[in-house]
Parts: sequence; structure tokens; C-alpha cells
Amino acid sequence: MTPLLSVKDLQVTFVTPDRTIHAVNGVSFDVKRGETLGILGESGSGKSVTLRSILKLHPAHRTRWSGSIALEGDEVLTMEGRALANLRGRRVSMIFQEPATAFDPVFTIGQQITESVRRHTGKSEAEAMKRAKDLLEMVRIPSPAQRLAAYPHEMSGGMRQRAMIALALSCDPSLLLADEPTTALDATVQIQVLLLIRELQRELDLGVIFVTHDIGVAVEVSDRVGVMYAGKLVELAGVEQMADAPRHPYSRGLLASTVHDGMRGQRLEAIPGAPPDLGEVPAACSFAPRCKSVEPRCLAAPPPLKPVDDSHFVRCVVAA
Amino acid sequence: MAIQSPSLDMTAGAAVAATPASAAHGYWQSVRRRLRRDPVTVGCAALLFVIVAAAVAAPWLGLADPYKTSMLYRLKPVGTPRFLLGTDELGRDMLARLVYGGRLSLFMGVTPVVCALAVGATLGIAAGFLGGRVNMLIMRLMDVFYAFPSVLLAISLSGALGAGAENTLLALTLVFIPPICRVSESVTTQVRGFDFVDAAKASGAGTLTIVRVHVLGNVLGPILVYATSLISVAIILAAGLSFLGLGVKPPEPEWGLMLNTLRQAIYVNPLLAALPGVMIFVTSICFNLMSDGLRAAMDVKA
Amino acid sequence: MDTFVRLPVDRGGPAQPLLLASGLRKHFPIPGGLLGRATKVVHAVDDLTLSVAKGETLGVVGESGCGKSTVARLLVRLIRPDRGSVVLDGDPVDEPHGITVNELRRQVQMVFQDSYASLNPRLTIVETIAFAPKAHGLPAAEAKARARDLLAKVGLEPATFAERYPHELSGGQRQRVNIARALALRPRLVILDEAVSALDKSVEAQVLNMLIDLKDELALTYVFISHDLNVVQYLSDRVMVMYLGKIVEIGRVDAIYGDPQHPYTRALLSARPSMDPRRRTREAPIQGDPPNPIDPPSGCRFRTRCPFAEEVCARVEPPLADVGRQAVACHMRARGSGHSRASR
Repeated sequence: MTPLLSVKDLQVTFVTPDRTIHAVNGVSFDVKRGETLGILGESGSGKSVTLRSILKLHPAHRTRWSGSIALEGDEVLTMEGRALANLRGRRVSMIFQEPATAFDPVFTIGQQITESVRRHTGKSEAEAMKRAKDLLEMVRIPSPAQRLAAYPHEMSGGMRQRAMIALALSCDPSLLLADEPTTALDATVQIQVLLLIRELQRELDLGVIFVTHDIGVAVEVSDRVGVMYAGKLVELAGVEQMADAPRHPYSRGLLASTVHDGMRGQRLEAIPGAPPDLGEVPAACSFAPRCKSVEPRCLAAPPPLKPVDDSHFVRCVVAA
Repeated sequence: MAIQSPSLDMTAGAAVAATPASAAHGYWQSVRRRLRRDPVTVGCAALLFVIVAAAVAAPWLGLADPYKTSMLYRLKPVGTPRFLLGTDELGRDMLARLVYGGRLSLFMGVTPVVCALAVGATLGIAAGFLGGRVNMLIMRLMDVFYAFPSVLLAISLSGALGAGAENTLLALTLVFIPPICRVSESVTTQVRGFDFVDAAKASGAGTLTIVRVHVLGNVLGPILVYATSLISVAIILAAGLSFLGLGVKPPEPEWGLMLNTLRQAIYVNPLLAALPGVMIFVTSICFNLMSDGLRAAMDVKA
Repeated sequence: MDTFVRLPVDRGGPAQPLLLASGLRKHFPIPGGLLGRATKVVHAVDDLTLSVAKGETLGVVGESGCGKSTVARLLVRLIRPDRGSVVLDGDPVDEPHGITVNELRRQVQMVFQDSYASLNPRLTIVETIAFAPKAHGLPAAEAKARARDLLAKVGLEPATFAERYPHELSGGQRQRVNIARALALRPRLVILDEAVSALDKSVEAQVLNMLIDLKDELALTYVFISHDLNVVQYLSDRVMVMYLGKIVEIGRVDAIYGDPQHPYTRALLSARPSMDPRRRTREAPIQGDPPNPIDPPSGCRFRTRCPFAEEVCARVEPPLADVGRQAVACHMRARGSGHSRASR
């Protein structure tokens, strides 16, 4: 069976007059229908760039793509015009960190959802309106009929995020891309939205790619977790393997430096240093300058992503 | 012995080591670097420099007397021997008049903007930084001036004050105070909202010190860029007032006035009649493009 | 010797709180209606009383709109309280027999969340740090020397960083500069308002380690404000939980995290994502968003989201009262309050 989405050796380079940034340097992964892949990484790791490449959202004139992104066998990177429009919002939808910017402030939530439904399905006004109400009900917005008439600014942050999920699901996409959708939310609201995404994913048999910087969030929603560093996936494993026994020194460091229960009084094991400059294609392991277990062979060549077992891959010559 | 200072700590030391080495360079250096890579701005600045330098150095350039009339050589076309750019309706040398005219036109363009900048920026920064009632008072006052279109305001002020260069300057200064004040207020309000101003307040520094160290450096750039773009408007308005007979009086050479007096020659020698207009156009567009370039170069985010 | 060089002395002894705020209230009118007349009022902080002991770290947690940032700004007097007083080591602030606001600001400093917005882009790092000492009358050369010392203290090599501008630094480095700036006046109390929240986890750990070292070395007291319960637990000795401008629970960190009494504290704690994939959260502890601090609910402000709310909760505002090892503002924990779950 072909996977829902198959990304092979994706490379993304941004070229500006000032400089060239190698944001993503060879990322490969598959997502199956009904599966949530969490992508964990810090700022500048290339996790959002990877996600946005799936919809070709980067400005074409200064972005260089290479590799392949295949959605149900169709190559995304060569899509243009109508096919691309059909891909965005119809086959793949995306939810963002800041729902306030995803909605147009001058239209009501209902208008925006019905507009999207009608554009993609050609339903009548009344049918689309009913669909919009069902969608709001599905994302558990109380009294959905009244909420349709609300403007985005009249809703609280959590409600707006739910409405954005409703908008994203309005055309039955098969793949949902989530770019830190709960980062800006309060703790008690974040958990509600996480549970909602988890439930909807199961009910609708969606493929989900969930990008986050928060290990706890990744653990809550993901079936598999990929850890990104300096534009590469450094480790890819089932969520239990990743939480119990991460192999890559960076994944271990990230887990150790994340404060959680029962760490009081201990000194935190911070990863020293800062991520590398992405101005050049790495010639060695990008994490080597910060790594405790660095060896001469780490500096010889960029390490390949090697299997530890059939579902666990790590890009480290020492750990593999 | 225990670690004395966190700087000796492994993590901190490594943080320093891992930082990509980059030569320390200031804000203005990066602005200069960007400007150098912008041929349009550099070209405009060079052209303006030539125009201004010629106007300033006019008496020493060996030009003809711009006031000397001649009944014999009236309305000679461009390229006539001895009169490189021809002569006007009274037989005066156009080249000399255009160069000398630049003195007055540029002066009429720059002076009101500089005066308005002094008043408007002070008011605007005060309004923006102090906020509250002071802001309300100053900005509502500016709104009153704003209610009139600037051309109309300039004309009616000059008309009321009477013709003459001084009155034109005064009228134009009054016209430019409100827009400069408004821009100053909005950038100051924006800068005041940044945490570093709060941090400075929390350090116990006085208001004047905070404005001097933290506000001025961040607002003067955008205000100056805006003021530069007003110079072109001022040149055009001053020329317009002269054209209407409200500004400089004949026989002074001034581009707007020249355009007016050469009006009748348009059917005889259209190229000649257009020359003052070309000067106004070129100068003002240079100021405009230069201010755009400056704005782009000064917009440094990271 | 000018007053600046003198180190602040401990006046009241270890038992006297370093900072005592009582009855603090701040309401922000929202201009609207005709002629900018305020029609609505944000109840940012309402009758808040707290004390910070010498040498402790007081953690402040709560969601957006709970007033935690307003508390920070009230404590350094960036905004004036509508009501209430602040006493610093026995000296009332801005009162006839007390100390001036300026003196308060010399002893109480603040670090902001946004490391970029809190640094002046036109000043070099060393100029930024030296600004406050200079404003307090220290000669420029001495202020710069002090700034360089502080850079070394926060782990930034002065030779490399002193002459740089903020945009040439990473987020973690900028936040180190902000901490150095706050320490430039040798304060006794540092208020950290979401100071590590915007940092990546690996950098956050570096800065947390550094904060702990600095506290020991310079005998500092911290008020640590954050929405991240794990970080607050890691760093704090005592924790204050806020909801819509009020304290709902305050006490020792082990009591708050080990035996939370207020239903909101419990919800907040169980809303933390699980770190164990086998024990994922099954149900959200409470529904809905925190209400808007404009027109907060009557009585207990949490009642609109509380699963145990009863009639008394809407009628009477629960006072903050000692229960076991902490103080809680909940009718269920108050004897004879009239709530069916309260003991009589």
C-alpha cells in the first residue's frame, strides 16, 4: 500500500541577495492514513519549513526545492496552478499557531467556512451553511448556530483555534498539517485542543503531521516522532521508543534539558552551545560541535539515517 | 572550590565558543552597506549632489549674468552659440537662470522642511512619549490644520500674508508641521511601547535621559526619511506659488516663476518652456527616490 | 562616596519580608464611547496581598489575563497601583516616611519576556548594560567596566560581545544580556516576567542553571513569573497561583504541587501534557477558556469553569484562608462557608 504522503530527500534552500540559507538538508519520511507524525525541533531546525513545503507555501522566486514530496503518488513539488490550488485546502489542510491571522477579520466565521466549502465542493449556500454548522459541532464549539455569525475577534483564543480546525476540515482533506497549533494557547485550553485533534484524527482517519517544540505535546498526540536538528531528521521512532530510549545525543539532550516533575534540586543537563549557522551545507554531523560523545569519524562526513530496528532510525554513527 | 562565576561554567563557556564569529559592526555601517548596493538611490544622490553643488557654486562657474536682458537675443533655441540652453523671453541666458534658479528653488524647498522638522518633530515626539492629555491636545490641534488640503492652505496663507519669499517660507513651514508631527508621534508611540523603554524607566532614569538615549536614536531615522520626501513637495509647492505670483517676484530666477513667464513661449519654443519644469521634476523625483532608498536601507530587522 | 556605590543593606533582618505588597489593585479603563470616556474596565489585579521573603524564589503561575504581568509591573512601579502599598524591607514606597520610587527601582529590577524588544537596537550591549549605572551617577568608565564584569558573569565573553548590537545575538544570548542589565544596579530583588518562556528548551536549561548560580552568588531574591508549571516547580520555593486578578492558592512548592487544594490549581496541574506515551491525558480537566478580565464573574471568579460551583460561590467571594500547608481561596475548603463539600 502506498503511504498517504512520502517525502524523499527534501532539500529547501532560501536565496536572498544577502545570503543563502540551507533550511532543510535531506529529509525523508512517510505518513500513513490514520497516523500522526510528530516533528519535534527547536527554532531554526527546519520543522516548519518542511511542513510548509508540503503545500509549497514558500515564495517561489527565492525558494529552491529538490527531492520529492508525493501525496498519494502525485508529486507536489512540480504542481502549479490548478493542481496546486486543488492540493491546498482540498487534499491537504493546515492549521497555524496564530488563529487570529488565519481568519479574515471582516467576515464572520460562518461566511469564511461556507465560502471555503462552496469553493471546493460546489454546494449550494444552504447546504454549505449546514455543513459549516456541522463542522463547528464537530470541533465542539458550544451553540454552533450562533457562533457562525460571530466575527473572529469576538471569539476567545481557544474557540478561534477550534474554528480554524473546522475551517481546515471543511473539505475533507486526507492530510492535516499542524504548525504549533497549541503553542499560543493557555495550558488548560491547550490540552483541550490537543485532545480534540487526537479524536478528530481517529474519527476521520486523517494523516496528521504535528510540528511542535514541546516534547510533552508531541508525546500527547503522536504515533511516531521525528526529531529535527539543523535541517535534518536526526531520529525517527515510535513515540514510546522515543520517550523511553532516545538514541541520538541531541534527542537525549533535549529530553534531559526539558524540565518536568521531580527534577527540583538537580542541575539541568543543558546542551552547551547553540545550533549552527545554516549558511552552508553541512560537511559533517551538524550536532558534533555540541555533542558530548563526539568522535573523529563524526567530523569526516555527514552521518546517514541508519535503522536501529525496523521502526527506529537514527542519524548518528556513534549511537547506531 | 566551588565555581565562582557562572562564566566559568561549562555550558556558558561553550555557548560563547559555538557562536559564529562575526565582526562587530554597527547599525549605520549596515545601512551604508545596503545603500551601496542600491544603484537607484546612489544615482539620485549623485544627481542631487551635482544640482545642489552647481546652485551653491553658481557665481564661480563663469556663467552669464542671469539678470542681463537683451532685446536682440530673445527666445533663442537650445544649442545657440554663447547660449547653450537658449534664452528666455527677455533674452536672459537660460543656463545661468536655471543654475541660479536652483539656489532659490532648493532654498525654498529645504528651508520650510527644516523649520517644520524642528517644530513638528519636537511636538510629535513629546506627544508620542508623554501620551495622555498632552498627546490629545497636540494631535487635535494638528488635526485642525489637517482639515485643509495642503496646497489650499499654502495658497491661502501666502495670499493672506502677501507675496514674497519670506511669506512663502512661512506658509510652507506651517503647512509641513502637521504631517511631520503626525509621523513623529506615531513612530514615537511605537518605540515607547517597546520593553526597552520600560526597562530604562525601571532603572530609574529620568524622562529626558530616556528620550535622549532610547527614543531619539530610534525615531530620528524614520522622521528624517519622511522629511526628505517632503522636500520634493516643498519645491513643487514653492514653484507653484511663484507660478501663481504669490511667491518669489520677478526678476529673480526661480524655477516656478520661470515656468510662469515662459508660458507664452510654449508655441514658439516648447523645449525651452519645458526646461524649468524638467528641473523641478528631476529634483523632486530624486528626493523622493532617495528617501525611498533610505527607508529601505534603514529598515533593519535582524 | 555617592549613594550609588553603597550596597543595599539588610535592614530588618532575615525575618522581615524583603517585599510586602498589600491590597494592590489595578483596573485599566478601556477608552470607548464618546470623548474617550471609559465604558469598560479590565480588572487586572484586585486586592492582592503578597510577601516575598529574603532569599526565596516566589513563583507566580496563571493563564493569560490572570494579572501576573501586571503584578510584575506594579512591583517595580512601571504602573501606579490604584490602591494598596508596597513596603521594601520595612520602608514604604512613595510615602512620606518611606523611600522614593527611584530607590525602589534601584533595589528591584525586572527581566522581560521578549529579549529582542527589551534591548535598544541602536545601543551596543555594553552601552545597554551601562545605561542604568550611568543614569544613577556612576562615571561612564566605571559603568562600562561594571557592564563588562556583568557580561562575564552571565557567560558572555566581554571581548567578543561588548561592542555587538542586539540583532547580532541569538535569543539566549540576548536574554543573558537582559539579565546582566537587570543586575547592573546590584538589586536585591529581580522580577523575571516569563524570562525564559521564549527560549528553546536546550537554551532555557542553560539560562535556568545560570539564574540559580547568580542567585547564590549575589544573594538575590526572585519573583519568577511563568505560564510553565514545570519550570516554576523547578525553580521556586513558594508558588502563587493567580486567576483573573486574584490569588487562588499560595504556599510551599511541594504543598501546591503535591497536594493542591483549589480546583483551579488541580486543573492547571493536570493540564500539563504527559511525558509518558502510555499515560496520555484522557480528558481535559476543565472546559472552556479563561474568561475575559473585563467584568469578571461575581463571587468566586473561577465558578464559571468550576465543576463544583454552587449558589454560595456566586454570592460570596471566598477569602484566602490557611488550609494545611497553604492558603486557598475556595468555599469548599472553608469551614462553614455554606458549600455542600465544606466541613461544618
